[in-house]
Amino acid sequence: MGPHHPSTHGVFRMDVVLEGETVVKLKPVFGYLHRNHEKIAEGTSYLGSMPYTDRLDYFCSLTNNWAYALAVEKLAGLQVPERAEYLRVITAELTRLQNHTCLIGFLVQDMGALGTPLMYAFREREKILDLFEELTGARMMCNYMRFGGCRCDAPSGWLERVKRVVAEYPRFLDEYEKLFTENEILMARTQGVGVLPGALAVNAGITGPMLRASGVNYDLRKVDRYGIYGRFSFRVPLGAHGDVYDRYMVRLLEMRESVKILEQALRDIPAGPVMDSKAKLRGFRPKPGEAYGRIEAPKGELGFYLISDGGPNPYRYRVRPPSFINLTVLEDMCVGQKVADVVIILGSVDIVLGEVDR
Amino acid sequence: MMVTARNFAGSYTDPARLVTVEYPEERLPQIENARTFPFLVYDGENAQAGLRCVACQICEKECPPQCIYIVKDTTKKRDHAGKLQMQPKIFDIDISVCMGCQICVEVCPFDAIKMDVAFEHSTGDRFGRLLLHKEDLAKPNSYYQRIHPTEAAETDARMAMERAKAEAKAKEMAAKVAKATETFDPGKTPGA
Repeated sequence: MGPHHPSTHGVFRMDVVLEGETVVKLKPVFGYLHRNHEKIAEGTSYLGSMPYTDRLDYFCSLTNNWAYALAVEKLAGLQVPERAEYLRVITAELTRLQNHTCLIGFLVQDMGALGTPLMYAFREREKILDLFEELTGARMMCNYMRFGGCRCDAPSGWLERVKRVVAEYPRFLDEYEKLFTENEILMARTQGVGVLPGALAVNAGITGPMLRASGVNYDLRKVDRYGIYGRFSFRVPLGAHGDVYDRYMVRLLEMRESVKILEQALRDIPAGPVMDSKAKLRGFRPKPGEAYGRIEAPKGELGFYLISDGGPNPYRYRVRPPSFINLTVLEDMCVGQKVADVVIILGSVDIVLGEVDR
Repeated sequence: MMVTARNFAGSYTDPARLVTVEYPEERLPQIENARTFPFLVYDGENAQAGLRCVACQICEKECPPQCIYIVKDTTKKRDHAGKLQMQPKIFDIDISVCMGCQICVEVCPFDAIKMDVAFEHSTGDRFGRLLLHKEDLAKPNSYYQRIHPTEAAETDARMAMERAKAEAKAKEMAAKVAKATETFDPGKTPGA
């Protein structure tokens, strides 16, 4: 199937062995988009890799920035000012909102709901992208975070505008729920489809909403408490069956929790600088050592592993991409299902090929 | 069905969704922070004489996709603070390679390169016209002030402070020199 199948969201193909309409064997084939990201990063300065991280998961460039900044901060021992931490949480949660919104749009499009739901999703995403453009200068390739803080402070009135968008969001989520959650076709096509048992998910290293839909309570925002996530009160929604429907529901509930985090962050954000005074852009050479920075990206655990030899560029640079690792159980989920279900199961994994192929 | 119907009706009645911007006759208001491609800032009227760039090649070295190409000129010129500085003979940016990350802007110690908001770069020529030269890239400070007012005001204030400092220092030096010449003037009779 693919690579021009509408549900493959890019350059991706699946070798499927069928018996009638039932899947017997499945092998994902990717690598068409490979850009040598890790090797390029080993050749450019620490700062120069930051805009390249935007291009990994191009839907969530701000969370990618954060994971990389976190790794370098660990390596160089930099402190992030309060305000920058809040700005990071706000941008990361906005990213999560728009990622999940679009995913649900894509998922129902895979089921044959042509146009309308995806259009609604993109309408909401547009509002968030407008906010990103105002803050960072670009809609998708934000390149906003720096080691030791953020590149610039929020422009005047920006936080007020975020507040307005966040306040409106639950209404849109209600609308979404009304459209899909009880929808007969959606329930028939997703319940009991693509079941991923919790034990298998843990063994395969699956993270993010996919793992939580299988009933495993593991969220880095709770487990690792990176940044200032320890200060916010929010719940981690869990699924029970690990099917596509649960994955859809977990994401929907997660968006509601994101709205809660955003409300708290917008309420508490202090004034002050957004960059560590010790951080520098030119001639940045961290001491020799290694560091692994990880965050709960919308798709799962996104980690950057860096080794420094004291030079201006990393000696070793490795990305742990959630999309790529979540794809490894595609065959387990698809075998025994009908060929039409493969499309929906792939849609529920939430992949961005920029991150899979790097 | 209700949701769809409400959304359908909303697209005709909701004032926020009625608006269609008829580009290129109409344009959306410019966002101050927006960025597209870099340009070079010059002070005063003459693009060549007022160019702030001193060809230090830091941006060339730091540019992640390596799309900047600089060759130094052999003659030097004075910058805004009166210091003798290098200048670029060639300054090219290949905007078909540039990814608009603004790292060149951040690393420039001379406030010479800034991000533009112009986005209409399409051309029929696939290679030549997308390589912008020094002449295409140079834009006056007034343009910079118009597109990024807040940022430009900060830059101008910082540069004015540097200039004032340099002038004060030069004055001090001149006074010292004058005093020294006065003391050791061989033509003057002491006590006269």
